[in-house]
Amino acid sequence: MSPVMIDLLFRSLWETVLMTAASGIISLVVGLPLGLALIATDRGGIAENLWVNRILGAVINGFRSVPFIILLVALIPVTRLIVGTSIGTWAAIVPLSIAATPYYARIAEVSLREVDRGLIEAARAMGGNRWTIIREVLVPEALPGIVAGFTVTLVTLVGASAMAGAIGAGGLGDLAIRYGYQRFETNIMIAVVIVLIIMVCAIQWVGDRLVAYLDHKA
Amino acid sequence: MTQHFAITEAGEPPAKADPQQAEQVVRLVDVKRRFGTTPAIDGISLSVGKGEVLGIIGRSGAGKSTLIRCLNGLERPDSGQIFIEGRDIAQLGERDLQPLRRRIGMIFQHFNLLSAKTVEDNVALPLKIEGRSKAERRKRAAELLELVGLSEKAKAYPASLSGGQKQRVGIARALAARPALLLSDEATSALDPETTRSILVLLKDINRQLGLTVLLVTHEMEVVRSIADRVAVIDTGRIVEEGPVWSVFADPKSQITQSLLGGIRPQLPAEIAVLLKPAGKEAILRIDVAGEAARGPLLSDLVAEVPGAFRLIHGGVDHVQSQPVASLFLGVPAIKADHVARIVEFLKTRNARVEVLGYVTGND
Repeated sequence: MSPVMIDLLFRSLWETVLMTAASGIISLVVGLPLGLALIATDRGGIAENLWVNRILGAVINGFRSVPFIILLVALIPVTRLIVGTSIGTWAAIVPLSIAATPYYARIAEVSLREVDRGLIEAARAMGGNRWTIIREVLVPEALPGIVAGFTVTLVTLVGASAMAGAIGAGGLGDLAIRYGYQRFETNIMIAVVIVLIIMVCAIQWVGDRLVAYLDHKA
Repeated sequence: MTQHFAITEAGEPPAKADPQQAEQVVRLVDVKRRFGTTPAIDGISLSVGKGEVLGIIGRSGAGKSTLIRCLNGLERPDSGQIFIEGRDIAQLGERDLQPLRRRIGMIFQHFNLLSAKTVEDNVALPLKIEGRSKAERRKRAAELLELVGLSEKAKAYPASLSGGQKQRVGIARALAARPALLLSDEATSALDPETTRSILVLLKDINRQLGLTVLLVTHEMEVVRSIADRVAVIDTGRIVEEGPVWSVFADPKSQITQSLLGGIRPQLPAEIAVLLKPAGKEAILRIDVAGEAARGPLLSDLVAEVPGAFRLIHGGVDHVQSQPVASLFLGVPAIKADHVARIVEFLKTRNARVEVLGYVTGND
């Protein structure tokens, strides 16, 4: 591979890392509270409100049922409103975040739902309020699952960011399509695939180590 | 330990004063709670005095768990009054219940320790909820772990502890905020008999040392017998029997109490029970005697008064709350017409309850 190609590969890697990290952080920051809201408002939850629960659930399902490639295009006006442009790496972060947030909200919800109800009851019996229950019980107890779910979300985002090449976001997926596939440069294709494998493995490895460190259940 | 029990904080609605004695930590008046159409608690009234241990016993589904959860507002009654330290909490809102719950410690069957926190942080959690400083929390947690004998486990996580150790941590946590009342919801039901005993000894010690009022629900008579002062037997949401533990043990009135006692009070051996007939050469007597009446030389007096041989088939003297509670099964020759009647007559003069269970034909 020529130095130009290597340079291109590094630039694409950086774009993928940027898209994955930025949309990952946004989906964590927005998705976790959404997951909490889903279990809190559900029947028997700490802030039971079935109407809110149903509406929230329906909105999340709505976003999750739209294929990402369609979301990417459909959200162009929203992207332009937020970022100022609808093309480029930063522009891709908007649809990626909007797709990953409801996905992560559901994953967080599953982990939070598994927290033993007895623990919530114990915190209530101590005189704790809802905020205490969230901060001292729900989030710490579900943390291993929350982190494991975040790892899954990041890996999914690596894949989804490849599609963002369709709106000129760059990234490894875009590089593989334009050079590897359309120009028959097999070397590039192989290099991209190897870099992606290493990236996914690294994310998974760090996630697994973190979960093992946080999990005190066994 | 704590001298002053008033729970009045600024901003709370004025408490409805309890007209009854202030020395009662808990007083329930006709509390009812139903789930759908099935009543879980069907008009329960009871009170627990300061420093007293009240055991509430019943079969599973009798309503005991619902009852204990009403006392700290985890469950809300449909009607009735619940006075905690003289204040009616039955109709308080969640926000008003929160400071009150800090005056009530609770321990659970499945311990309910937070797996993500160390033993020390679990114990200190009620203090964190109260807004105490970190240094204060640490100091109090160390004191309590010392009290329950787990100082060396302060930095361990609950998953590494045995069941008995977990419950000790649960007890330390329940005591952290210096409660006026300790609620125990089947706290020993998930433990083996030996561990159960050590937990009960610990609870009794705490009750004595700190003068802490304890209300415990259980389905095990052994628990009531070991630590309770008074027992209330509940069935289908009602109290069917109530009194000092030793007197309920000595003279259980209701069928449900008798069956709950069945496991730990002497029963006529089954192989003899099957031989019982309406008439025969030997009468089988059941004698129950307790308290003062059981302290004297009852059997030798019996021989002196009504000469003749008898055999002791089964039974013994138990000590409940330092009171002797005896149940004896005697085999008495029934050949002479009034022999059995005279024995029964004599024992009745000694305040024993005697029942002729039946007759067997020979010495088998």
